[in-house]
Amino acid sequence: MSKDWPLWEVFVRARGGLEHRHAGSVHAPDAELALRHARDTYTRRMEGVSLWVVRSADIVASDPDQAGELFEPAASKVYRHPTFYDLPDAVKHM
Amino acid sequence: MYTTELDKTAGSAAAPAAVEDPALLAAFEARVANDEFIEPKDWMPEAYRRTLTRQISQHAHSEIVGMLPEGNWLTRAPSLKRKAILLAKIQDEGGHGLYLYCAAETLGTSREQMIEALHAGKAKYSTIFNYPTLNWADIGAIGWLVDGAAIMNQVPLQRTSYGPYARAMVRVCKEESFHQRQGYDLLLEMMKGTPEQRAMVQDAMNRWWWPSLMMFGPPDDNSPNSAQSIRWRIKRETNDELRQKFVDATVPQAELLGITVPDPDLQWNEERGHYDFGAIDWNEFYAVVRGEGPVARERMKARRAAWDEGAWVREAAAAWEARQAARRAAAA
Repeated sequence: MSKDWPLWEVFVRARGGLEHRHAGSVHAPDAELALRHARDTYTRRMEGVSLWVVRSADIVASDPDQAGELFEPAASKVYRHPTFYDLPDAVKHM
Repeated sequence: MYTTELDKTAGSAAAPAAVEDPALLAAFEARVANDEFIEPKDWMPEAYRRTLTRQISQHAHSEIVGMLPEGNWLTRAPSLKRKAILLAKIQDEGGHGLYLYCAAETLGTSREQMIEALHAGKAKYSTIFNYPTLNWADIGAIGWLVDGAAIMNQVPLQRTSYGPYARAMVRVCKEESFHQRQGYDLLLEMMKGTPEQRAMVQDAMNRWWWPSLMMFGPPDDNSPNSAQSIRWRIKRETNDELRQKFVDATVPQAELLGITVPDPDLQWNEERGHYDFGAIDWNEFYAVVRGEGPVARERMKARRAAWDEGAWVREAAAAWEARQAARRAAAA
């Protein structure tokens, strides 16, 4: 039994000015073939103008079980939002 | 293409919820009930993981095996235009298989294991591909009816509770409409042809209609896993609901083509606002599920041959990478 090729995550830039977004993954023996497989698999209908591939094993991800604690600081700091500040009506457009 | 829950031995999938941590299970149930998506690293009950792995891999296998009957007709397409269209459709089916294998892999089963299970005859794929494609109109009927049935099933799967499966379905659905339209277009063109060509279209309809209705899977009262799958938001609509939708949508299309539906009991029911249709031969369905379809052996033989004959490409690519890696190591 042959060993399957390693997994690569594919990111596609839909058009100039937009960020690359995760599209899915492909199996490929090396980076060059990963790009070619990504082209054939994820951009058959003008879905992109640029591709990134990265070995799935190289992705470091946060732990979903820790998501509450990890993102809690963002929830508890209301003063980070402009609506926290009550300004006089005389101040326009701020 | 698409799949349905076929494996009757999978009844155990509904049982072992008892061994799960009740607190985790309750939190999971609340999340799916609240229409949240479950992602690969999230906690999920083993039965959910198993059901999805089976369903997504069967779906992937169906895409891959589905390329075979169409591939048979590539060299016999009646024009360069039809050949190019068919080639593009087949490439899409391969792509759909790859999206789905990747989605299934996020559940912890490798693509290699899934493909091995298929080649060993342990994995199921859609029953529809164990019927032969006898004439060119069959290629049109597959696009119109088989992909049409697939669309009915896949549209609600875009909101299935498992994120990677839902996202794969969004991609698939975007592409599937072309498959159905090219099939219907092919048949429309044949219907403008000779009496023999029109007879070929009717013949294809006669052979593909009932197997297409069977694609939605067993009737609801004999589909033991359906309730659990609906509760977990894996499925959004039952087999019978989807089948009825398909009949309602397809009958007027057959009338427009100028062919008849091979069902003497088919008639519009004003009161229900749906078509009534005749009884499906479920014995035939279960026989095909058991691997007794007319071309089941031929399909698996062709699939294994495609895999074996492509081995040299995989080996060459691996050898190339090994040599490049050795060069990088020597240079470092």
